[in-house]
Amino acid sequence: MRAITDKQMEISIGRMLRVGVTISASIVFLGGLLYLRRPWGAAPDYSHFVAEPESLPGIMGALQGATHLNAESIIQLGILLLIATPITRVIFCVAGFARQKDRLYVLVSATVLVILIYSLFQGGR
Amino acid sequence: MSVLLFTSLIFLTSLFAGLLGALTGLGGGVVIVPVLVLLFKVDLRYAIGASLVSVIATSSGAAAAYVREGLSNIRIGMFLEIATTLGALLGAYLTARVSSHSIAILFGVVLLYSAYTSFRGRAQDTLATKQNHLAAKLKLYGTYPSLPTPEPYCAQHVPLGFGTMFGAGTLSGLLGIGSGAVKVLAMDQAMKLPFKVSTTTSNFMIGVTAAASAGIYLSRGYIEPGIAMPVMLGVLIGSLIGSKLLVKARVATLKVVFGLVIVLLGAEMIYSGVTGRI
Repeated sequence: MRAITDKQMEISIGRMLRVGVTISASIVFLGGLLYLRRPWGAAPDYSHFVAEPESLPGIMGALQGATHLNAESIIQLGILLLIATPITRVIFCVAGFARQKDRLYVLVSATVLVILIYSLFQGGR
Repeated sequence: MSVLLFTSLIFLTSLFAGLLGALTGLGGGVVIVPVLVLLFKVDLRYAIGASLVSVIATSSGAAAAYVREGLSNIRIGMFLEIATTLGALLGAYLTARVSSHSIAILFGVVLLYSAYTSFRGRAQDTLATKQNHLAAKLKLYGTYPSLPTPEPYCAQHVPLGFGTMFGAGTLSGLLGIGSGAVKVLAMDQAMKLPFKVSTTTSNFMIGVTAAASAGIYLSRGYIEPGIAMPVMLGVLIGSLIGSKLLVKARVATLKVVFGLVIVLLGAEMIYSGVTGRI
């Protein structure tokens, strides 16, 4: 296995980020089309925050709703993919630094990864 | 207002914000929150949730272009992301405990600061090359591709930079913004990194920082699909157009106009927060 340079690492990360954003934006767009299928209905009132615990998405919830062609769930799925994009970037860095045998930076990027995963799965609960 | 009209208006406003944000280098997220809150009467929490999503999208979308320039420093970015993600966790945690009034006032102050940094002229870069123990140990150095020979640089005042980054992360998590201005402040002013290295590395860090608070926002229900959808798509498309136009457009006048808009929005946010209207 040949060591990769920082530059090569950044190029592959940049490409991955662009693909991730394109896919998630496309899914959000499709969900948006479905969301607007009754365009003349009144817009919901967003002036007061309402916590809706039953609509807490989670990956499984969004997937389940999306298979029922629920517009909100499809948008949420796209947003979850978008959040996953920078997280994947950090995974790329862990792998890249491992190939460079840079132990210190494997540790540094793994720390960042743990913080991100903690936020996603522990978030606010 | 019909769903179609409401969604279209938010989309167009976000497109415009993304376009101006990219052209002036101030980012679109910083104006989208006050506009949603003040103009569209959207609850502050929904506004910062939608803004945070758009911040992740633009940061990741712009990364490919920044990589081509080859100026960002992947190690410095990753090291400082420990600080920004921890700060982002704290910030997202605080959103549920701090009153909307205080968040609005703080938001206004950050807007005024962003405008101030964009108006202030920049001193000429003198690269700090002085080796120091901590930076050497953490490999916080690199070379800046200048002519005729690439110049080496080395990070100074590492603890100060790390601490400022923690603050930048907290602001990002609390306000749903990229807080690029504070990140650049930490790298450019505190760590004495070359300006271009600071701005491009900061862009990389913004997405990861925002992702750290996004999980908490999601579980709290701040990310409302009906608002996040038009904001994310609008800001993303606007900023992509903006970055394509950037080379051709004359941005000096635009920067002044946009700066004034930010000052007005900042003043209005502070006023609304103080009088308890937000």
